Amino acid sequence: MVEEYLFPSSVGEALDCLEKYGGEARIIAGGTDLVLQLKRGGVEARALVDITRIPELRGIREEGDYIVVGAATTHTEVAESPLIQAKAKVLAMACKSIGSLQIRNVGTIGGNLVNAMPAADSAIALTALDAEVEVVSKEGSRWVPISRFHQGVGRCCVDATRELVRAVRFKPLCDNEGSAFKRLARRKALILPILNVGVVVGWEDGHFTRAAIAIGPVAPVPFRAKKAEDVLIGAPVSRESVEKAAWAAFEEARPRSSLLRGSAEYRKEMVQVLVRRALMEAAGI
Amino acid sequence: MPQVSFILNGEWVSVEVEPCETLAEVLRNKLGLTGTKIGCEEGECGACTVIVDGKAVTSCIYPAMKVEGARVETIEGLSKGGQLHPIQQAFIEHFAAQCGYCTPGFIMSAKALLDKNPHPSEEEIKEAIAGNLCRCTGYYQIIEAIKAAAEKL
Repeated sequence: MVEEYLFPSSVGEALDCLEKYGGEARIIAGGTDLVLQLKRGGVEARALVDITRIPELRGIREEGDYIVVGAATTHTEVAESPLIQAKAKVLAMACKSIGSLQIRNVGTIGGNLVNAMPAADSAIALTALDAEVEVVSKEGSRWVPISRFHQGVGRCCVDATRELVRAVRFKPLCDNEGSAFKRLARRKALILPILNVGVVVGWEDGHFTRAAIAIGPVAPVPFRAKKAEDVLIGAPVSRESVEKAAWAAFEEARPRSSLLRGSAEYRKEMVQVLVRRALMEAAGI
Repeated sequence: MPQVSFILNGEWVSVEVEPCETLAEVLRNKLGLTGTKIGCEEGECGACTVIVDGKAVTSCIYPAMKVEGARVETIEGLSKGGQLHPIQQAFIEHFAAQCGYCTPGFIMSAKALLDKNPHPSEEEIKEAIAGNLCRCTGYYQIIEAIKAAAEKL
């Protein structure tokens, strides 16, 4: 039973609220997942700590070598950001494909991460970008590589009773780098993906020098197709290299059959198709 | 019980809300504005769409506490002095409603779009209403109505 709904004005104050309720308070941002979990009884809380009015958690900025996105920045804000569109297109495309406009106007990038679903669109894009997630507690703050952030379906390294996510950061893409996001679903909005793929590639002198291929949901956490990435590195930027990498991704991905998403066989086939399409677009082939 | 004050269809209102009550519940049950419909009650159908500070949101999963100080628009705020809003009029003229349950949500999504983008392309219209489900019309008439409203506004 929720007894209190609090609006702290700083991260410190939010952490105080969590401490005061000794584990019985929950952070709420957009609430597009949490409100449902509260209604269905999957989550219980005595207090909700709303972080969307904390200025430092909002917005997108460049800081040194990084683009930093505040945890309470909405999917709409990320998708519409000229900076993200220019320097991390994969993330703009991913955020634009979440839920519906109404959900994107409210849901946040931090919430999408903490909910820790293996096919969360923003998490797939951030995995391809090798992003880091800043987790803060009273003891201090730490940057967690996205590859170590997720711990299982619905589980991440954030202790929700005493920690919160302040921001995510990643390096902007350079001129000789590209990215893309592909999503397969039965319709274009308000539906879980059958598969989603985010890729980032870089090249020099006609050869791939950087490759990151993230796929969801083919494992309990966002999946990096490392073998496919290895196939690309050093290979010429060509359709043939992309076909080989897509085949490698097909071989290493292990999707399961799901009534919601389709058969394992179909989804495995489609891994190849989506990875190929994403790589072609990212590399401008 | 906490008190929430906000601008509802142009006028300040103050209402007591439960800490985890949703905006749709408060609008319908405490303020008597039943034009906002509750369909799926999980943010998937868009029947409960209202506009908060210029943005369409699904009020059935939107905590009412969040609207403190905000500008909230519902379907009841659209007609002025007995005159239907051009979007409402266009929905009638283009037969964009059958059972009507989804209609207030569609109209609010359309209004949020046209307030921001007075001359949307068909693709932009489709994107703006992708979060609203209609099981009667097949969407064609709704898209035509929004196009027609855009021309009049």
